[in-house]
Amino acid sequence: MDARVLNEVNYPAAGDRGGTPAQWVRTVDVSAENVVRIFGTTPALHGVSLDIGAGELVALLGPSGSGKTTLLRILAGLDVPTSGRVLFDGEDALKLTVQERNVGLVFQNYALFRHMTVLENIGFGLRVRPRIRRPSRREIRRRALELLDFVQLTGLEKRYPSQLSGGQRQRVAFARALAIEPRLLLLDEPFGALDAKVRRELRRWLLEIHTKTGHTTVFVTHDQEEALELADRVVVMSEGRIEQIGTPDEIYDKPNSPFVYSFIGESSVLPVRVEQGKVWLDEHPLDLAAGAVPSGPARLFFRPHDVEVGNDLPGAIPGVVQGLRRHGGARRVDLEVGGRGDRVEIELPADYSLNLSGRVAVLPRRYRLYPATTQTNLS
Amino acid sequence: MTDAAIAPLLVTEQRGTTVTTEQWPVRILLIGVAVAFLVLFLFMPLAAVFVEAFRAGIGAYFAAITEPDALAAIRLTLLVAAIAVPANVVFGLAASWAIAKFEFTGKSVLNTLIDLPFSVSPVISGLIYVLLFGGQGYFGAFLHSENIQIIFALPGIVLATIFVTFPFVARELVPLMQEQGTQDEEAALSLGASGWKTFFKVTLPNIRWALLYGVVLCNARAMGEFGAVSVVSGHIRGKTNTMPLHVEILYNEYNFAAAFAVASLLALLALVTLVIKVALEWRYADQIAASRRH
Repeated sequence: MDARVLNEVNYPAAGDRGGTPAQWVRTVDVSAENVVRIFGTTPALHGVSLDIGAGELVALLGPSGSGKTTLLRILAGLDVPTSGRVLFDGEDALKLTVQERNVGLVFQNYALFRHMTVLENIGFGLRVRPRIRRPSRREIRRRALELLDFVQLTGLEKRYPSQLSGGQRQRVAFARALAIEPRLLLLDEPFGALDAKVRRELRRWLLEIHTKTGHTTVFVTHDQEEALELADRVVVMSEGRIEQIGTPDEIYDKPNSPFVYSFIGESSVLPVRVEQGKVWLDEHPLDLAAGAVPSGPARLFFRPHDVEVGNDLPGAIPGVVQGLRRHGGARRVDLEVGGRGDRVEIELPADYSLNLSGRVAVLPRRYRLYPATTQTNLS
Repeated sequence: MTDAAIAPLLVTEQRGTTVTTEQWPVRILLIGVAVAFLVLFLFMPLAAVFVEAFRAGIGAYFAAITEPDALAAIRLTLLVAAIAVPANVVFGLAASWAIAKFEFTGKSVLNTLIDLPFSVSPVISGLIYVLLFGGQGYFGAFLHSENIQIIFALPGIVLATIFVTFPFVARELVPLMQEQGTQDEEAALSLGASGWKTFFKVTLPNIRWALLYGVVLCNARAMGEFGAVSVVSGHIRGKTNTMPLHVEILYNEYNFAAAFAVASLLALLALVTLVIKVALEWRYADQIAASRRH
C-alpha cells in the first residue's frame, strides 16, 4: 500500500504511533491449500485451494450451501478445517487462535454489542487487549472517534445500535473491525440485510475504504452483481468446490463451466449435437464453430442480449415466438425452438416488430458449448 | 412479558371503535369476570393474611416475629436462599449456555430434564433425598459412619430447595440465548477478547435482565418452598424449620396470630418480588426489548 495515499486520508493517524504507515497496514496474502471441512458426515468443502494476494479484494460467490461461508469462517479462525492448510504470508494460520489471527470480521447482521454505545463498540477491540498492549483510555477514545469520522458517522458516538439504521450499523461494524488494525478483512454477506438503495451506496463506500486502507479483503456474497462490481477477483463456488477463479470480466465472458455460465448473468441453454466439427440442432446445421468440443450431445449457452436476429440468416436457430415481455429499454422474447419444444429467451430492441406465434431466426453472436456429459449443478 | 405490558396501552390509546374492539357490554363483562376472579382468589386471601396477622395487635405481631424460633426460621430461610439461588444461577447459566450456544448429543434430553422439577410433586422431590441420604437410604450407612448429616439438617434442605428451584433461571435464559445466537461472541473473539472477557463483557450484559428476572423468581420460590423442604427438614424447632414450616407448626398449634404474622412476612416477600418485577419491566423495558429483538 502506498504511504502517500494513507497520509492523504489521515487514517489512522500513523505518525502519532511512531511507526511508518507501512507498519500498521500489515496486510497479508492468504493461501488456502486443499482445505476440506466435513460436518458430521456431510462434506461442506471438498479440498479447496485459493491464493489471495496482499491488498486484493476478493469475492466468494455462490448459491447457499456452496461452502463460501464455511471457507470464510475457516479463514477467520471461527472454524477449523478437517484437513488442509491455511497460510497468512506463508505462515501457518491454523496454529493461531481467532484472537491471534487479528482478522477484522463484519457479519451480515452486524453483531454489534447492543448494550454498548457506538463509540464503545468501536473501541471494544482495543479495550479488551491485555494490559501491556492496551492503549490508554484517552487514546482508545481518540482512535474510536477518528474511525467514526472515517466511516462518516461523526456525532453518533453516544447512540446505541438499536437507534441506528441498517446502513449506519454496518458502518459501525466496519469501524469496529478496522479498530484492531486487522491484517485481513473478512465480510460475511456485508450488505445482505440492507435494502437495494443503501446496498448500492455502501458498495461504493466499501470500494473507497478498500482503496484508502489497502486491506486484503475477502467477502462472501450470493449476489453476482455485487461480486462483479466490487471484486478484483471473483471465486465462484458450488457444492463445496471452487468452480472458477477470475477477474469479473473472465468470469462473465469466459465461464469455464455450465454452472458458472448459468449462475452468472442471464443465459439461455439449448441442447444440441456436435458432429464433424459442426453444431447441429436436430437435422439443422448451425453456423457455429464447435471448437474443441468432442462429437456427441452438447449444450449451447448464450446470453439473451448476445444474439443476431433475422429471417434470412443462414445457419441460424429457427423459432416460434411464444411470449413477449417488456424488459427495461428492451423486449424479452420466449422462443420455442427445435422439435422437442425447447425454449430459449432472447432480448431485442423494444421497437423490433414481432407478433406472437411469428417466426424468427436467431444466431448467438457469442456463445459457449459444453459437452452434455458435464455435470451442471443447476438443474 | 413486555408485550403483555404494552398491549393494554395500545388498546387505551386508540379510543375509537375498531374491528378488534368489543362492544361495551362485552368489555364490561370480560373485565368484570377478570376483576372478580382476582378479588376472590388473590386480594381477599392476601388481605386476610394481614388482617389475621394484626388481629392481636401490633405488639403481638412483633412478638411473634421476633420470638427466637421465628428468628431462627427467618435466618434459615435466608441462608438456604443465599446458597440455593447462586447455585442455580451457575447451573442455569451453564445449562442455557450449553443448550443455546453449541450442539451436542443429549441436548434435547437436557432441555427436557430442566423442566422436570416443574412436573414432579415437591413431596417426591424431597423424598428422593430421603431415599438417597436418609438413615435407611442408599448412602445412609456410609454417611452415618462418616458422621455426615444431610437429611433433617441444612444440607438436605438446601438440596431439596435447589432441586425445586433450578428451572427458574435456566427457563428464562435458554430461549433468550437461543434467539441471540453466537454471533456477538464470535465478533468479540475475533476482536481479540478472551473467553472470559467475552462472557463478562458481551454474553452477560446481553442476558442481564432475563437473568435478574430469573433470580427474582427463583429467590421467591426458594424462600417459599414448602413440600420438598417439609419432607427433608424433620421440623426441629429453632434448627431445621424454615419460615413456611414454622407457619405450619404455629397454625397446627392453633397459634393463629403468630402463624399469620410469620405468613405475612412471606406475603410481603411475594409483594416485593412483584414490585421488583414490575419495576424492572418498567425501567428497562426498552433495553429488555432491545436485547430480545435488536
